[in-house]
Amino acid sequence: MKISEKQIELQQKLVNLYKDYQLDVFAGDRACIVDQRMQSIEFFEKKGFPTINEEKWRGTNLTEALSKNYQHIAHPNHAGKDLEKLFQCDVHDFDTDILSLLNGYVVNGGAALRTLDNGTIIGSMSEAMKHMPELVDKYYGKSDKIQEQSLSALNTALAQDGIFIYVPDNVELRKAIQLVSIINHDDNLFVQIRNLIVLGKNSKLQLLQCDDTTNHKSSFNNSVTEIFVDEGANLDHYKLQNINNDSSLVNAIYIKQEANSNVSTNAITLNGGLLRNNVFVKLNGEGAHADVLGVYLMDRKQHVDNQIFIDHAVPNCTSNELFKGILDEEASGVFNGYILVRKDAQQTNAFQNNNNILLTDTASIDTKPFLEIYADDVKCSHGATIGQLDEEAMFYLRSRGITEDNARMLLMYAFAADVINHISIDPLRNRIDDMVKKRLRGELSICDTCVLHCSNPEQEVEFNIDLSKI
Amino acid sequence: MLLNIKDLHVSIDGKEIIKGLNLGVNYGEVHAIMGPNGTGKSTLAAAIAGKEGYEITQGEIIYNGKDIMEFAAEDRAREGIFLSFQYPVEIPGVSMTNFMRTAVNEHRAYHNLGPIPAAEFLKKMEEKKKLVEIHSKLTSRSVNEGFSGGEKKKNEIFQMAILEPKLSILDETDSGLDIDALRTVANGVNMLKTEENAFVIITHYQRLLEHVVPDFVHVLYDGRIVKSGGKGLAFELEEKGYDWIKKEFEEA
Repeated sequence: MKISEKQIELQQKLVNLYKDYQLDVFAGDRACIVDQRMQSIEFFEKKGFPTINEEKWRGTNLTEALSKNYQHIAHPNHAGKDLEKLFQCDVHDFDTDILSLLNGYVVNGGAALRTLDNGTIIGSMSEAMKHMPELVDKYYGKSDKIQEQSLSALNTALAQDGIFIYVPDNVELRKAIQLVSIINHDDNLFVQIRNLIVLGKNSKLQLLQCDDTTNHKSSFNNSVTEIFVDEGANLDHYKLQNINNDSSLVNAIYIKQEANSNVSTNAITLNGGLLRNNVFVKLNGEGAHADVLGVYLMDRKQHVDNQIFIDHAVPNCTSNELFKGILDEEASGVFNGYILVRKDAQQTNAFQNNNNILLTDTASIDTKPFLEIYADDVKCSHGATIGQLDEEAMFYLRSRGITEDNARMLLMYAFAADVINHISIDPLRNRIDDMVKKRLRGELSICDTCVLHCSNPEQEVEFNIDLSKI
Repeated sequence: MLLNIKDLHVSIDGKEIIKGLNLGVNYGEVHAIMGPNGTGKSTLAAAIAGKEGYEITQGEIIYNGKDIMEFAAEDRAREGIFLSFQYPVEIPGVSMTNFMRTAVNEHRAYHNLGPIPAAEFLKKMEEKKKLVEIHSKLTSRSVNEGFSGGEKKKNEIFQMAILEPKLSILDETDSGLDIDALRTVANGVNMLKTEENAFVIITHYQRLLEHVVPDFVHVLYDGRIVKSGGKGLAFELEEKGYDWIKKEFEEA
């Protein structure tokens, strides 16, 4: 496999960037961060960007995405951006605390971390690095597997900002937290976003993580999120991805769950040139449960790749994976679900399913369920389907007077709804519902970010088919 | 005349199934089409309803004065043709209520009417549910998903009642039904029958015809109607089977 010169150039540029930053930008870093940066850049320099020679990257070729001229910005620069308009929220009845990132940096990150009434601390990762030494030393970069991923290593080496959330023991957040990352830069941009989320014992958090671009410049978003979920804690996590066709997003999420914790993470991929979700879940305490869900709707030459790794490290844990995708035109997809059941992890229940609809002969999906089981008393299952829209169902709907377009739309929507129905926040589900319908009708623009509009909001779209409950 | 089929030839994948069929249906009439398996009964139903892949190589289908052969399935439906499926399709994720509301609104849009007000639609649903004795719970479920055979067929009649077609084609609606479901289906048809609509009942047996009395009975054999008569013909067929028809046809 030939790696493009551009790609090698970019790799070298990023390594050099680390060397430059070391002297000034990173000068104030805590010791633990300094060490991690150094080890990570060495690893990245040695390993380089992932290539299709690696098993886990066989289906996703980064060469083209990495062959562009990207800027990397060392300091937040939000001058000339109308932040209020960029981050205007339009989900009604959705009361949230919003954390906004523009081009990889928290907006108004200079302000100190906020402590909410219940003791929850939210704000900028760069601020947390300065003011939350105990938590940062304890958790930052401590996820399993994070050291083995070259892109995550690159992130560790260069990342300066992102979101920090700490929910203390026994605190249940009433309001959801929205993490909105928008890329809107005048040049092509490479960003490293680093988020750290810590949930104390028996705490509860609903988190919406949106990744968007709101102009047509290329970007490469190399995002890493570490999530630690302590005993009995509950996390509802939604990822909404709507970036332009020239942009790439690699979203690595490392989740570590202690006993009786409950995590649901749901990736809704609506648009983008190249999207990859790496989800690593470690079930580290008995009675933990993880739902890893996703829906992807791709067309043109878009590419989506969901890589899920679930590590059943202890007995009596359950996990459930469900990914559904619709691929049109020349879109391509990859699903790789890997369940590891370790020797002691008896009474494991692990289920995995990936269903796909290909609307054209030129769309493709590479789906690979994988189970590695060392315990003998477990229930595991996996399944993958690839199909077309059911012709009989199409005729049935049309024979009742429903037009071909609407019949197709109803069937595609019904297919995706399986995953969308898992969204437990009503206004959010309705909004995502709307976005999915828009997407299926080809009416979604990159301005329809998860909750936000461009400075020129589009008109509300009326649907001929009202699928809302009556 | 509501439906006038002349010298119809239909092929599927190049194989001719309907081989010169004539059928005329007037408003207010009930026609039964009977015949052995594999003679083209379901093909005829699908061809009238506009299923893709059914190629009309010769002849014409005139419905309500219009040549509908170039009409898409949905347009035929909105012109008032309804097909009750022999094997109703399960559609997970699409609720019966949304399905019917979408269908009703598409019919209305075709006739330049606005969407049906929610209250009016709900009232209509309730009325028609009673008519076909369909369980309330079924309409809140996904279309036909997990329905029993009988429930699926009742659901077809329910949809027919909601859409109020001019021409209803019932393709083997009676097959696989127990006597109660059969009676429900028959009652539904009898109650929906008016002087402004017509029914074509495709069936293998005459037991539905004991409950829905046909004005005409036709025997379809080898892609053609080889015998027509009054309701007495159905009883004759029940008694004597189809062999004598086959024999007659082959001798002719």
